[in-house]
Amino acid sequence: MGFFHRHRGLTPYLLLAPGLLWLGAFFLVPLGFLAHQSLQSGTIDFGYAFTWQWSNYWDAIRDYHGHFIRSFEYAAIATAIALVVSYPVAYWIAFHGGRWKNLLLLGIVAPFFVTYLIRTLAWQTILADNGVVVKTLDQLHLLGLLGDNGRILNTATAVVAGITYNFLPFMALPLYVSLEQIDARLIEAAEDLYASKVQAFLRVTFPLSLPGVVAGTLLTFIPAAGDFINAQLLGSPQNHMIGNVIQSKFLELTDYPAAASMSFVLMATIVIMVLIYARAVGTEKLTG
Amino acid sequence: MSTVAIEAKRPRRSVVAAAWALVKRFALPVYALLFFAYLLLPIVIVIVFSFNNPTGRFNYVWQGFTLDNWRYWDGVPGIRDAIFLSLEIALVASVIATALGTMIALALVRYGFRGRGSTNILIFLPLSTPEIVLGASLLTLFLNITFVQFGFWTILIAHVMFCISFAVVTVKARLVGFDRHLEEAAMDLGANELTTFRKVTLPLIAPAIIASLLLCFAISIDDFVVTYFNAGSEVTFPLFVWGAARVGAPAQVNVIGTMIFLVALVLMLVNVLIQWRRESQAAA
Repeated sequence: MGFFHRHRGLTPYLLLAPGLLWLGAFFLVPLGFLAHQSLQSGTIDFGYAFTWQWSNYWDAIRDYHGHFIRSFEYAAIATAIALVVSYPVAYWIAFHGGRWKNLLLLGIVAPFFVTYLIRTLAWQTILADNGVVVKTLDQLHLLGLLGDNGRILNTATAVVAGITYNFLPFMALPLYVSLEQIDARLIEAAEDLYASKVQAFLRVTFPLSLPGVVAGTLLTFIPAAGDFINAQLLGSPQNHMIGNVIQSKFLELTDYPAAASMSFVLMATIVIMVLIYARAVGTEKLTG
Repeated sequence: MSTVAIEAKRPRRSVVAAAWALVKRFALPVYALLFFAYLLLPIVIVIVFSFNNPTGRFNYVWQGFTLDNWRYWDGVPGIRDAIFLSLEIALVASVIATALGTMIALALVRYGFRGRGSTNILIFLPLSTPEIVLGASLLTLFLNITFVQFGFWTILIAHVMFCISFAVVTVKARLVGFDRHLEEAAMDLGANELTTFRKVTLPLIAPAIIASLLLCFAISIDDFVVTYFNAGSEVTFPLFVWGAARVGAPAQVNVIGTMIFLVALVLMLVNVLIQWRRESQAAA
């Protein structure tokens, strides 16, 4: 071990090297290859050549802006619903969970224990044309509003419902963590100073839970915007998102340059939206 | 206290006040109950339909109870190979990712070094990149290296890549509360660095390592998107489900889904029980 004593400064780098090399080789370098691919022209049969083909990007936006907009729209709606739906539960577990907290949290992550595709297929059963959900909505006269031609499956509603469900734990967990860390004495102090329960929530609890809201919305929105499984299994071709297009261009049509440029447009849009969002909320500790 | 005072002053409104108090008291728990029912509903459907006896190819409508799907869980061609490939990859990927991730976490928590900020960003980036971009970029890399054969190794490389960040985050979270005096004490008593690591550090961070192994295993066995881009003609269990869903997934898919769910649930329940015991021991 004399080596370590003589070269103490080296130890952290030796610990970092294998993992960071792996991430470099199989995460960063591939992004470079993707960028390179996105500026090529040609076809799979005659081969691709690098020609600084910026028009791939303009073509991607011109031909598929509808898919891009739909992806961000679905992702935004699903994120908003997930936030509203899970905030009260995260609040209840954090402040009233008592010794059952860990068990209740287990309930929140339970959907993750069922294979993603299988739980999405279960929603096919739940939202099926003659199922309970369709019948109930019909009786409440909401089917015309939420469905299409008396159906829920293969509509935008089903896709958004699937996305909301599948990424809900990503919202609920960070919300719980930030609410759990709040010192209950701060809320008591607000009430002692004659704040009503509502005022205490709006002025003390909610602002203190903002880091959880930011983390939860990002953790939900980012995977939701790139998702294609829910649109594929629960929607119709009219509900396809940009992920469906990228997937089919890469794996079915082998139009690699177009697919690569779309991937970059997707990533760039997400990064820009995250930055705007982070500025608007004013949270600097995004990375934790 | 204030509600009691108001009730005493205005006895006429006591019924309304009592009803309102009841609503205030039970609104959140009732809502939470509905929330959990919603979360668990698809899981119940998956389990129930693993006992369904479908007449056609579609396992969507309840036809009748049978145990055959469980008895012949590998009765569908390809499902056995798919689940074993998934288990094998999840096992190897979680061990490699946890080893690499633990080392990074140790370096980040215990040492000051140049490039710490960029290391943190490099760990954070894969977590905030949509899976489809991770899968697509890795596919482009492998397509450009002509000697690469898509299959076991490309899937393994991909799974280790997206698991490392989760491993780092998990282990780092527990290392932060670690008492370094214990290691210094061991060194003062003449242990060298390797012995200190083996006898002191490793046992103390063992729970974090186990947590990371379980998390990586769960993420790997469930991954569809990145695997779909990099599997070639190999079929993992999620890929099998995807293929089967196009023509109607057999009930055996539900059987294996239920088994994975039950194993994960039992492991997590054990974890909760251990924490309960620790808390009550600490309280006693």
